[in-house]
Amino acid sequence: MIGRDLLAIEDLERGDIERILETAAHMQEVGLREVKKVPTLRGRTIVNLFFESSTRTRTSFEIAGKRLSADVINFTPSSSSLTKAESILDTAKTLDAMAPDAVVVRHQVAGVPKRIADELTSPVINAGDGAHEHPTQALLDLFTVLQEKGRIDGLTVAIVGDIAHSRVARSNIYGFLKMGAEVRLAAPPTMIPAAVETLGVKAFTSLREALDGADVVMMLRIQTERLSGAFFPSVREYSALFGLDREKLQYAKDDAIVMHPGPVNRGVELAHELADHRPSVILDQVRNGVALRMAVLYLLAGRPPETKRGTPEARRGTPETGSAKVSETRGGKS
Amino acid sequence: MNRLLLRGGRVLDPQAEGDAIADLLVENGVIAAVAPKLDAAGAEILSAEGCWVAPGLVDLHAHLREPGQEYKEDFTTGGRAAVAGGFTAVACMANTHPPNDDPSVTEFILAHAREDSLARVYPIAAATKELGGKVMTEMVALVRAGAVAISDDGHTIMDSGVMRRVLEYSRLVEIPVIVHAEERTLVGDGVVNEGVVSTKLGLPGNPAVAEEVMVARDLRLAELTGAHLHVAHVSTAGAVRLIREARARGVHVTAEVTPHHLTLTEEAALGYNTNTKMAPPLRSAADVRACREGLADGTLDAIATDHAPHAVHEKEVEFTLAPPGVIGLETTVPVTLDLVRAGELSPLEWVRRCSAHPARILKRPGGELAIGAPADLCVIDPERRWLYDPTKGYSKSRNSPWAGQELVGRNVATIVSGELVYHVDRGVLRP
Amino acid sequence: MAPLTTTQLSPDSTPLQISKTAACHGRVVLDDAGIRRALMRIAHEIAERNESLEHLYLVGIPNGGVPLAHVLADDLAEVAGVRVPVGILDTTLYRDDLGRRGERPSLRRTEMPSAVDDQVVILVDDVASTGRTIRAAMDALLDFGRPRAVQVVALVDRGHRELPIRIDYAGKNIPTQPEERVVLRGESGDLTWPLEVVVLSGEEAA
Repeated sequence: MIGRDLLAIEDLERGDIERILETAAHMQEVGLREVKKVPTLRGRTIVNLFFESSTRTRTSFEIAGKRLSADVINFTPSSSSLTKAESILDTAKTLDAMAPDAVVVRHQVAGVPKRIADELTSPVINAGDGAHEHPTQALLDLFTVLQEKGRIDGLTVAIVGDIAHSRVARSNIYGFLKMGAEVRLAAPPTMIPAAVETLGVKAFTSLREALDGADVVMMLRIQTERLSGAFFPSVREYSALFGLDREKLQYAKDDAIVMHPGPVNRGVELAHELADHRPSVILDQVRNGVALRMAVLYLLAGRPPETKRGTPEARRGTPETGSAKVSETRGGKS
Repeated sequence: MNRLLLRGGRVLDPQAEGDAIADLLVENGVIAAVAPKLDAAGAEILSAEGCWVAPGLVDLHAHLREPGQEYKEDFTTGGRAAVAGGFTAVACMANTHPPNDDPSVTEFILAHAREDSLARVYPIAAATKELGGKVMTEMVALVRAGAVAISDDGHTIMDSGVMRRVLEYSRLVEIPVIVHAEERTLVGDGVVNEGVVSTKLGLPGNPAVAEEVMVARDLRLAELTGAHLHVAHVSTAGAVRLIREARARGVHVTAEVTPHHLTLTEEAALGYNTNTKMAPPLRSAADVRACREGLADGTLDAIATDHAPHAVHEKEVEFTLAPPGVIGLETTVPVTLDLVRAGELSPLEWVRRCSAHPARILKRPGGELAIGAPADLCVIDPERRWLYDPTKGYSKSRNSPWAGQELVGRNVATIVSGELVYHVDRGVLRP
Repeated sequence: MAPLTTTQLSPDSTPLQISKTAACHGRVVLDDAGIRRALMRIAHEIAERNESLEHLYLVGIPNGGVPLAHVLADDLAEVAGVRVPVGILDTTLYRDDLGRRGERPSLRRTEMPSAVDDQVVILVDDVASTGRTIRAAMDALLDFGRPRAVQVVALVDRGHRELPIRIDYAGKNIPTQPEERVVLRGESGDLTWPLEVVVLSGEEAA
């Protein structure tokens, strides 16, 4: 991967995704050994900068880093710029002075990992920013599908749930489209983002239509706060219309797999009976998450500084710019 | 006896429909003569060759932050920014600390601005007490103290009953009621225009309909009450259309549009730069086109900056938390000249929308070059290229989407009341 | 028996043979037949050196060591009547130069079907030079278990050792310039038989 950071699937080309998935397959083998550790990133420091708490993703990155023999530091600033003594910018600058070999950032507001990447010379990996993107989740989802189905081209993938507020949905939309799948969305009208079909997907308010002939059914977690009457009247109605059970799964192909980024709201988006056994591959997703994150860390962390400035923009041939100007090359007059 | 001669410029007089190369003589604070090849013995001569000589620009909408938030801007720096940008008069909004909802604050503003600001300052008073949207302010007292308009600006009056009464009562003083028309419950948490850009960015969207719904409401209430409604920073095609129809029906409505809503689309926000976060937000290309057309056909009467300074540390936060707004006094000329360069406005029409129309809306002098009128003038070089660096500008704040860009067109000299207060080579000059 | 040296090459192959394969660069120093003979000879040596072949485990280092390891296993079966297991061990994650390189090298397959504990592991590589790949392979191997012994087969030893690594069984010793590259390849550019070993000059290697 030539780019310095992994901030968004939107920035990646198909070849980049393929490289990551290939590398993940090899890392998967490491996870099957008795000694699940290789010395590749020994002496390297990886900082998990999680402004928004998340035990699952953070632990996954931590295990991934440690399997590569890196030193993993968890840094959990408690709140946002306005209420903390130290702003995001100051945190980033302080980190930069310590020169970590990679920084993994999660924040509840979109755009923060990019802002941090603009300030650091270290590579930055986006572990989820607001409703924007969650690249490693989508990559592990792609990896899981590839392992299950042997290919991604030509598959039909249905993503179901609160698309409007979902970074997992956005990253997966970009990922599956780039890898040649057809992507369908199913959600109540209040949860379909504006102009989403311009991204190249088809949006349905009928679960049945969306699932028709689907190879992959990806259920998203519903945040129950949203079901307090604002976007949807009740859990009961949501579940009846968009929750997946054995009966509704029949609309999809016979060999369709069921995915979920976790944690599952049993009985809401996914019936209890579907959560633990085939055709659900949810646990495989978690397992694959470590291998995938090992692949990303292997490809990005600890490279010499010249390559660290190789942004996607630089790769496309515009002249190298200093970190202060990186934000200007994206989308216009800043 | 102070004489100043502006020689050989293209003199643009929107009132008299004049557009010709001429000399302009200023004497004792007023315009003394406009004619080709004037002889002015003993006058200071300023060459205006290759430049336009026009009435000083009048800004209907700026935030000068004094009293209460002087760390962002004050009358001194705001006044300098204004004259550097070619503005000889600025109307300042009431959302100060304390808000301008009482004559004592209006008097404070006038007194300090008179002392500190190189540009004229016209205070806009609040429409409701504490900008709370519930209890009307003492409009008569405020106007007597010097307020030129009333507005709650960003604190949109959501209660339609209150809005109706405010409009009705304003008939007592016949001043414009300026509205920031956005239905707050439709805006929700929105921080960028709702559309493909908000979807890509994963940020909450502010739909165009929020503005359209509120403009529709305010227009009907204006029609009912006969008040003068002035719609601030129009940003949507829908609002332009509604204003056009209402105007045709005889509603007393005027409207303004900002430089950024005339030239930037929502795509500018794609890098999460908080200097592209404004309220209302940057909109779609179709909306920008409609605003440009509206300005050209007169539906939108004036260009107003909505100059909104914010400190660097306030803008350098998460996009959703950054206060909306950008500065604009020093960049309005090059940015809006884009419409002249594109052939959508003639130079005279542009000058009219930046000076005569705003002055007329505020019922203040301005926008004319009549003999005997106060000499508030600007000299503009429409071709001059310059690099805009806000750290070198006069505003205390730096929040501009054009930072670091090369701009074309620049105000090179400003005269207020016959005194040269700004020259591009010499900076601001205290008379 | 003493390890082979250059003077014990079979009569009909000479070093620095100048021959060209269609559409490829470099000079062939070991053709397909030469490789086969070398491997067979090595198989004999392995059989001689190791009392019992029951604990042998051939481990090929990708990419070139893999086809060689398989042929060596076949040869051993012929020579000693024992089917020795073959594993594949990628050393990329154990390299000592990853921090210096810009682009991370692609990983290769690792497949270790048998346990390593108490086995005599014979690492098989195509070209040995600095010794760093063998060092990395040993580190990788030791993470799999505790072999009884480790021996090393290199089809070609081109010298320029930087670490104290010994090649137990060398197919051919080829003196080279440091900037030259020595490559095992198939006629169509991949690693399917028939294979040959070529030396690429500095420019060709670039």
